[in-house]
Amino acid sequence: MDAPAAIELRGVARRYGERHALFDVSVEVPTGQTLVVFGPNGAGKSTLLRVLATLLRPHGGEARVLGEPLPEREWAVRGRVGLLAHESLLYRDLSARENLRFHARLHRVGEARVEELLERMRLAGRADDPVRTLSRGLLQRVAVCRAVLHDPPLLLLDEPRANLDPAAAELIEPLIGRASGRTRVVTSHDPAGGLAEADLALGLRDGRVALSAPAGEVDAAAVEELYR
Amino acid sequence: MSEAPQTEPRTDAAPRGASDPPVPPAGRAHATARPMRPSMALLRKDLLLERRTPEAVPAMLLFSVTTFVLFHFGLGRDEVSGQLAAGVLMVTLLFAAILGINRLFVSEQEEGGFDGVLLAPIDRTALFVAKAAALFLFLTLVEVVTVSAFAILLLGPSPWPALPGLAVVLALLNLALAVVGTLVSALAIRTRARDLIVPIVALPMLVPALIAAARAAAPLLAARGAGALPTKWLAVLALYDLVFGLLAYAVFDFLLED
Repeated sequence: MDAPAAIELRGVARRYGERHALFDVSVEVPTGQTLVVFGPNGAGKSTLLRVLATLLRPHGGEARVLGEPLPEREWAVRGRVGLLAHESLLYRDLSARENLRFHARLHRVGEARVEELLERMRLAGRADDPVRTLSRGLLQRVAVCRAVLHDPPLLLLDEPRANLDPAAAELIEPLIGRASGRTRVVTSHDPAGGLAEADLALGLRDGRVALSAPAGEVDAAAVEELYR
Repeated sequence: MSEAPQTEPRTDAAPRGASDPPVPPAGRAHATARPMRPSMALLRKDLLLERRTPEAVPAMLLFSVTTFVLFHFGLGRDEVSGQLAAGVLMVTLLFAAILGINRLFVSEQEEGGFDGVLLAPIDRTALFVAKAAALFLFLTLVEVVTVSAFAILLLGPSPWPALPGLAVVLALLNLALAVVGTLVSALAIRTRARDLIVPIVALPMLVPALIAAARAAAPLLAARGAGALPTKWLAVLALYDLVFGLLAYAVFDFLLED
């Protein structure tokens, strides 16, 4: 029996003013699978993640995330998604530990989880420094901690390995990689690397679907074509 | 393994008016035994940020004291009393509050902290309560210093007999400033012209509160000594707080929609 869909989009549209950032986007992601979204800058990848995270409301079509229709029951989705965006969603003048404790309180998660994640991300030594003093790579590791703090069943990852050295990329793998077992939507500009971790591939160009297929049926050249 | 996907749906924080009742979180691998109220967590964060990098309180303080100095020389009088004293004090506090209102959501904008809060399974009214409480506390702190400075620089009659009544008036005024200020700041946060929108929208909305506060404080600062608190103007101020408090409660969720 097929796993129930964690994400179902049918003809979803989203505008910024008169400009369509997403238009007629349809995709279905079964629970536990990974959708990798490709597309050049401005194609609508980040907008798609923000719609799925309930931070933006769709202006057309039907969207269902974790079984809940959006935007009607968006409150039932909040707290069940982990978003790793281009911005860290952290307070610059608070330390990593203070930031994570703050988010832990909002998500009703115990502080032991914060300490566990700081240890796993090898951040304990810098945990009390304001995050504005951290390098982009360390900041990204704190942002990963924040995104998975509450064990969300759905991860929305906007170029999650940006700014990370190979060792750090390996460090975050159990938390946000395939091994995490979570349903994931990952944006990527790396055709070969993206396809290697994908179950499904989605290509966007100017907000429209230009490619949608199981990852095994897509070759890197087809993805590269999106960027030309 | 702790990173196993969570299969239990979490529906623990429905917004007001949602059809389904809130369900306590269940089966959470990392649930805390005594959760802090979201509004308290948000308020604590705001107070920590202001303590770490003081911005709003010093700005409001400096503005208020400087304005009293300007009034001192601009009016060409060593002492003011009655309605004039009340007007100078309340208008100065109102303009100082605009500075604090402008800064209220700034920390949420940087690095997308606002999105982090919006993604949490909390009633968004908690954000309103926390921000209004933070502004109320900042204003109270500012007034401890500025009322002293006002008494030294401008006020004719002794301030001591007026203090208890003045504290009541200022508390009600602070509530008005906090409620309306939070509402307007949330409205302005996603606009590019935030610094312009806050005074343009907030000042007209606060005119009734200013009139009531100044009229209520005038007898307290009378030249012949502190008179009785005019209950009529206190009631007007309290009614203003109640009406705008309910209005803010009703519309704050919608202000946060994209």
